[in-house]
Amino acid sequence: MNAYLLELAQALISLAVAPLLVGFIGWLKARLQGRRGAPPWQPYFVLRKLFSKEVIVSEHASWLFRFAPYVVFGSGVAVTLLIPLFCVPLPFDAMGDLLMVVYLMLLGTFFLALAGLDPGTAFGGMGASREMTVAAIAEPTIALAIFSLALRAGSTNLGQIVVNTLADPTVALNAGHLLAFVALFVVTLAETGRIPIDNPSTHLELTMIHEAMILEHSGRHLALIEWASGLKLLIFFSLLANLFVPWGVATTLSPVYLLIALPIWIGKLGLLAVVVAVLETRLAKLRLFRVPELLSMSFVLALLAVISSFLLR
Amino acid sequence: MASMFFWIMVLAFGAGTLTALVLGRGALARWSVASLAILGGGAGLGLGAQVILTGTAFSITFPDLLPLAGGLALRLDGLGAFFLVLIGLGAIPSALYGATYTAEYEEGGASMRMMGAMFSLFLATMALVTMADNVLTFLLMWEGMSLTSYYLVTTESSREDTVSAGNWYIAMTHVGLALLLGAFLLLMGGDTAGSFAALRAQADTLSSTVRSAIFLLAFLGFGSKAGIMPLHVWLPRAHPAAPSHVSALMSGVMIKLGIYGLLRFVLDLLGGGPVWWGGLILGIGAVSALLGVLYALMEHDLKRLLAYHSVENIGIILLGIGAGLMFQSYGMMALAALGIIGGLYHTLNHATFKSLLFLGAGAVLHATHTRNMEEMGGLIKKMPWTALFFLIGSAAISAIPPLNGFASEWMVFQSLLGGFKIPVPEVSVVMPIAVGMLALTSGLAAACFVKAFGITFLALPRSEEAEQAHQVSRSMRTGMGALALACVAFGLGPTLIVPRLGQILAGFPGFGGAAHTTFALQTTLVSPAAFGQVSPLFVGIGLVVILALVPLVLHVFRVNFSLRKGETWGCGRVSQTARMEYTATSFAEPLRRVFAEIYRPTRELTVDTHEESRYFIHRMQFRSEIIPWFEKRLYQPLLRFLNFVACQVRRLQAGSAHLYLAYVAVVMILLLLIARWY
Amino acid sequence: MAGLFQKIFKTGIVTESISPEDTGVVHLTGEIQKRTRKLFGRALAIRMVDAGSCNGCELEISALSSPVYDAEQFGIHFVASPRHADMLLVTGPVTRNMEVPLRKTYDAIPAPKLVVAVGDCARTCGVFKDSYAVVGSVDRVVPVDVFVDGCPPEPSDILRGILTALDRLPGKSSHPASPSSR
Repeated sequence: MNAYLLELAQALISLAVAPLLVGFIGWLKARLQGRRGAPPWQPYFVLRKLFSKEVIVSEHASWLFRFAPYVVFGSGVAVTLLIPLFCVPLPFDAMGDLLMVVYLMLLGTFFLALAGLDPGTAFGGMGASREMTVAAIAEPTIALAIFSLALRAGSTNLGQIVVNTLADPTVALNAGHLLAFVALFVVTLAETGRIPIDNPSTHLELTMIHEAMILEHSGRHLALIEWASGLKLLIFFSLLANLFVPWGVATTLSPVYLLIALPIWIGKLGLLAVVVAVLETRLAKLRLFRVPELLSMSFVLALLAVISSFLLR
Repeated sequence: MASMFFWIMVLAFGAGTLTALVLGRGALARWSVASLAILGGGAGLGLGAQVILTGTAFSITFPDLLPLAGGLALRLDGLGAFFLVLIGLGAIPSALYGATYTAEYEEGGASMRMMGAMFSLFLATMALVTMADNVLTFLLMWEGMSLTSYYLVTTESSREDTVSAGNWYIAMTHVGLALLLGAFLLLMGGDTAGSFAALRAQADTLSSTVRSAIFLLAFLGFGSKAGIMPLHVWLPRAHPAAPSHVSALMSGVMIKLGIYGLLRFVLDLLGGGPVWWGGLILGIGAVSALLGVLYALMEHDLKRLLAYHSVENIGIILLGIGAGLMFQSYGMMALAALGIIGGLYHTLNHATFKSLLFLGAGAVLHATHTRNMEEMGGLIKKMPWTALFFLIGSAAISAIPPLNGFASEWMVFQSLLGGFKIPVPEVSVVMPIAVGMLALTSGLAAACFVKAFGITFLALPRSEEAEQAHQVSRSMRTGMGALALACVAFGLGPTLIVPRLGQILAGFPGFGGAAHTTFALQTTLVSPAAFGQVSPLFVGIGLVVILALVPLVLHVFRVNFSLRKGETWGCGRVSQTARMEYTATSFAEPLRRVFAEIYRPTRELTVDTHEESRYFIHRMQFRSEIIPWFEKRLYQPLLRFLNFVACQVRRLQAGSAHLYLAYVAVVMILLLLIARWY
Repeated sequence: MAGLFQKIFKTGIVTESISPEDTGVVHLTGEIQKRTRKLFGRALAIRMVDAGSCNGCELEISALSSPVYDAEQFGIHFVASPRHADMLLVTGPVTRNMEVPLRKTYDAIPAPKLVVAVGDCARTCGVFKDSYAVVGSVDRVVPVDVFVDGCPPEPSDILRGILTALDRLPGKSSHPASPSSR
């Protein structure tokens, strides 16, 4: 019973922490730009405001437009129940493995792209087309990068990978791991729409990838989509942190271990947030048609990681 | 019980043929043919299900029907039964759909008698292929299947592209038949009876070179029917040309009989072989999958897009089967079972969602009279049920959980990952490359179906026809709905089907117990040595619960639920027309750039300037075309060569009767001399 | 790379506080609903529309996103789509061609919404008064809540105008609206 309560808590804590993570990166970027910036908890205010506004739906849109934000949000929440955050192994771990996680995220992207095409604007179509191009190359890379870990750890269930790596740390020490980490990091930037792939704070529609798809959404729909993209950031950071550096994840359900594991997890997220904020300050956004080159590079790295896992047994 | 099903099936199909010939056109004719086809399909389903569930084969022979080479011998074992079930599952919705769909062919020049008769015969010959137990029966039924489907493909023979498609189809299918004949003849090796039992025994005595030759001939022959690259060129031509319910059957069921033949040869008759057999199948499967989806992305003819996706999915099936065969040659039977069962399960799933998609495309074609996606749009409001079913089909083919495409692709992935355990590193490295290609394929497939569904159904209508579109008839909707339900059911309940597939496999040498115990009958799918576990059922339930909870929680927190309809935001422009929407070509453009090396699109830009000054542009014309490279490099030179040879041979046809008589005399003398000598 | 970060740390935070004095250029046209003010108090999304201005006001408005004025510290950020916006920031005398787009932009913003008109042209058409090409001041096209005078007004005045609409001016009123602490 305790384990199921913990699963529920995991989902709720993810929902609570996700906006803070996005806000923290924004705050840090502001400080690096020499300005005071909005406080790290600004996204909470934004969400509260959005939930109180009305929704305007285009007269050309169909039921899919109103349904898509719920699917995106729901699939994000479903994924947080399946990945290791601060305690393993959890009861739902056996229900979804790495492939289930990757394809659940594809479910969200699929519906978001369709909702972008629905109102019939050129911006929505452009955003959907670009987003699907990025997703078509990025999703396989996630699968491959984590496969290389799964092969060494002996299971494709993510919680199991963490358990096995903690039990036998030598599993984590090989060249393939480094390649897989780099590949997964590039994909994280791509899927969450960060510089150098996409600028999350641009107002120029021709430079948008993710933003362009959601230009028509308003009110509670927009709030759900923004929350879901925060969740996606949290999920990717957690995968990067917990699969490659699993030390700090609690392996038993005792309150003491959980009380230690929770801040360690938040600390890992914070560290990754700092790295992303520094990268976003240092790098410039890539031209759109350079993005597939970067993604192909990460795909090849991930493929090399899997091949090296196969050959260096 | 089983023989009752058999006789009902055969009589139903026969009655269907006669009814079509007798009644001709009209609603009565269409519904009678459809009902008899449904009856026959249902009986076939029952027969196959019974054989699988009881585990006992069903045989029946008619040696006097064709008193040579053993006569008509039929035997349905587990493997054949699975494909017979597939035929039944495909036939029932397609026939139901076709009952009202074929009404639109009544005004044209097509012969309704032939269409109905050929449809029933097509189903009958396919069913008998799965039951064939000797060479004669198999080849006879195979050829019957090809000929009946050729007649169906060329239904609209007034159109030029249909005739050309039919020519390609009949040529390629006979090339395949020639290869199959070669394989069978080599296997028979002088024994004229050719029963499969005798062939099994014979196979053990053959040398490994002969076995390999047989394997190659069989793979290429069955592969050309299945649609492997580069022998798939008939698929994108023939499937769009045929009436949609026939396309659904061809794509969903007929090409799977190529897989059936391959499995029958390699697993059953030859009893397995060296590693390179499985490796070849795996390699060609991976290439077919990736290239199939890449070419599908660039299509804007809806049915050609779906045809290329069939090539892609056959590639995925072959990935599973190839991996399974590789494991078999190393004696790793649990993983071999996983691979082959994954391939078989994907066969079943592809049959359901591809048929669904083709029926949906047919509904769209029926409503808008065009196959070109660039002229569609906004159909989700005019044809809501069709749109919903097409959406389910699109999600299923993109391997989105918890639908069936995900479950079978999961199994294929798991079997490829199991290649980790292959003892020879140089061989096992093929597996991760295959994993990479499979992952890339499914990502691209999702992008392609966002395009296909989004451009066809969403936003504003792009042409007059799309604006006038109307809802299709109830029988068409029911056919599609049944398949959509099947997609969901197979996705949520793989644990009910997979053990049955294990039972089928258990009959083959070496598999036995491994196939039985591979999968636990719980709500979770577990792969060998617990390498991975998923439970699509629970995830499906979880998603539904979350989707229901979110609005509820929002209501509790008194979120603003007001909604108003407004204009689409277009930067303040005065009005919105369909010309401002995204097109299919522009949607696929980024991917076209990414893979430009494979596509090598041609670009032609003609600019006409005003005669007064070359700074004023009068007219611009842009044309870009993608010709698949194997057509450019392989088929066009081949066709030119054949043309050349034919022209040379034509010299023999001088037109003079005296010359022909001279030819006859010379050949007769030669034959008599040869007969004398031997 | 090191050079960039050295510079960042040496420069530090350059944001200036906004002084509470009233410069007399901000005019509230009427009572804004308390509910609306409370809703947008901490997070406001602004969509800017140039209804025919000379871009003088735009330059001043773009200074609001600079580190010196930093509107983001009040939770204000600029968005591309009016569907995401809460407030419409209009500049320029409304020219004939921009009348319809301006109205459409206003309609595309979900309720509740605010409008702030910036510059002399927005209130009185400035030097373009009575021209054949202009329709009139902004409040003839959309209902305006706050006018900010000036040609162009200083960024700090524009910011004061926005904060007046939110009732978040520092040092005034019942809302303890202070920017985030250093």
